[in-house]
Amino acid sequence: MSDALIQATGLTKRFDDFVAVDGIDFEVRQGETFGFLGPNGAGKTSTMRMISAVSPITEGSLSVLGLNPATEGPRLRARLGIVPQENNLDEELTVRDNLYMYGRYFDIPKSELNDRIKELVEFVQLTEKIDAKVDALSGGMKRRVTIARGLINNPDLYILDEPTTGLDPQARHVLWDRLYRLKQRGITLIITTHYMDEAEQLCDRLVVMDKGKIVAEGSPQHLIEIYTPRDVVELRFPIGVLETLNGKIEELFDRTEILADRALIYTDDAERMMATVHEHGMEPETVLARRSTLEDVFLRLTGRTLVD
Amino acid sequence: MTTPLSVRVVEAELRTYRRTWRGSVFTGFLNPILYLLAMGVGLGTLVDENLSVGADGISYLAFIAPGLLVATAMQTGAGEGAWKVMAAVKWRQTWHATLATPVGVGSLALGQIYWSTLRVAMVSASFAVVMVLFGVASPPEALGAMVPAILVGAGMAAVTTAFTVRLQTDAPLAMYFRFVVIPMFLFSGVLFPITQLPAWLQPVAQATPVFHGVELARMIALGITPSVSPWISWFYLAAVLVVGTVLVIAPLRRRLTP
Repeated sequence: MSDALIQATGLTKRFDDFVAVDGIDFEVRQGETFGFLGPNGAGKTSTMRMISAVSPITEGSLSVLGLNPATEGPRLRARLGIVPQENNLDEELTVRDNLYMYGRYFDIPKSELNDRIKELVEFVQLTEKIDAKVDALSGGMKRRVTIARGLINNPDLYILDEPTTGLDPQARHVLWDRLYRLKQRGITLIITTHYMDEAEQLCDRLVVMDKGKIVAEGSPQHLIEIYTPRDVVELRFPIGVLETLNGKIEELFDRTEILADRALIYTDDAERMMATVHEHGMEPETVLARRSTLEDVFLRLTGRTLVD
Repeated sequence: MTTPLSVRVVEAELRTYRRTWRGSVFTGFLNPILYLLAMGVGLGTLVDENLSVGADGISYLAFIAPGLLVATAMQTGAGEGAWKVMAAVKWRQTWHATLATPVGVGSLALGQIYWSTLRVAMVSASFAVVMVLFGVASPPEALGAMVPAILVGAGMAAVTTAFTVRLQTDAPLAMYFRFVVIPMFLFSGVLFPITQLPAWLQPVAQATPVFHGVELARMIALGITPSVSPWISWFYLAAVLVVGTVLVIAPLRRRLTP
C-alpha cells in the first residue's frame, strides 16, 4: 500500500467497440496537482469520470482515496469535489440556491452550509452576485460558481475537467489564481486540459494522453527537457513557399516539424540556426524564436498539434 | 444522523420550488374552481335537467368532481415527468451534477418520484378543498378521495419519467400528451361513465390508471359502487407506480453513468 491518493493499473474504458481509455497506469500523490493533458477524444474525461465514481471501469484496477469506486461510490463521492466540463448549474436559481442545493446533497447541516456558502462565494470573488440568478452571469462567473460548488464539501480530492475551456484570457487568469491558492492550501488537484500554458502554470506532474494511452509522464519541466531542445524557432513562409522548399529544412536540421503554415525547428542554439536559414537562401516571412513548451512536447510525441 | 439520499433530492427540489410556489398554489386553487364552475355547474345544469348520471340523484357536479380530482393529479404527475426531466438529463444536465455527489442513480430516481408525489399531493389537496367549498364532499370524503388521486399521479409521474429518460429529443413528449394524456382525461370515466363508449373502447378505458383512480375516488367521495373490485383497482395503481419507478432506473443509469 503506497501513500498514493489514486492508483490506477491497466485502467480501461470501452464503450461497445470504442476504446476510450486503453490500459493506463498512473498514481496521484497527496498534495500534488496532477494533470491530464491531451487533445479532445484522448480519453481524459472518461478517465476523470471513472475516478469520480460516475462511470464504471471496464477493466484494470482503480483505487481512489483508498476506496473502490465500483462498490463504495457514495462514500467516495462524498469526499470528492467535481468541476465537470459543462457547468450544469441550475440557471434559474441564484448562486446561493445552487450552492445550497448542492450542499444538501452532501448532507451538510443548514447552519454550517450558510456560512460555507458565504466563504466560498467570497473565495471566488462573487460576493455581490450571491443572490443573482446564474442565468445573468458571464461565462467566467458561471465557471467560478461551479468552482465554488465543487468545494462545498471540503473535498480531499478536487477534480477539474477543462476548467478554463471557452473562457477569455482575463477570466482564465482569475481562475488560475484561485486554483493556485487551493494548491497552496495543500489540496490535491487533478486537472484535465488541452491548454499547454494551463498545464505549465498549475501542474506539478502530468501525463500526456493520446488515443486512450499515456504517451509521456513527468513534471512540465522534465517533459520539456526530455522531449524537446531548449529553444524553438518558428519560420512562417508566404503561402505556397513552404512546399517549394522540398524537404530542405528537414535536411538541414535534426529536429523539425513541418506544419501547414509554418516550420518549427528545435535547437539549442537559436541564433546559429537562424544564420543557417539565411545562408541557405531561405526567406521566411517571419521568424520567431521562443522557449519550448508542452505544446512542442505534444507535437513531438504525436506529430499533431493539440487543438486540431 | 444522516439524511437518506433520496430525501436530499426532495429537499433540493423544494429549494427550487420556493421560487415558484406562489404561482403554483394559485393555479392549484384556480384550476379546480374554473373546471367545476364550467363543467360541473354550467354544463351540469343542462345534464341534470335531462338525465341523472349517477344513482340516487347525484348531481353532475358531484359526479365529475372526484373524476376531475383524479384527472388533475394524473396530469400533474405526467407534467412532473416530462420536460422538466428532459431538461435535467439533456438540456441543463442538472442531474449530471447531482450524480457527482453521494446521491446515486437509484436514490435520484426515487427522490424524484417522492417529489412528484408531493407535488401531486399539493395539487390534490387544493382540489379537495375546492370540492368541500362547492359542497360536493365532506372534508373526510374529500381527504379520502385524495388517496387514489395521489396514487394515480405518482404512477403517471413514474411512467412518464421512464418514457422521457429514453428520449433523445422532446418531440415525442408532445405526442405523448396529445395521444395518451389528454385522451386519458377525456375517455376514462372522468366526464361520463365509460359505458357510454363504444363497446370495443371500454376495455381500453378500463386499462388506464385514471379509470381505476376515478372508480375509487367516486366510491370514497360519493358512495357509488365501483364497476370493478376496489382491490383490483388498488393493486393495479400500486403496480403502475412500482413498475414505472423500476423502469426509470436502468435507462437513467445507462444514460447518465455510462
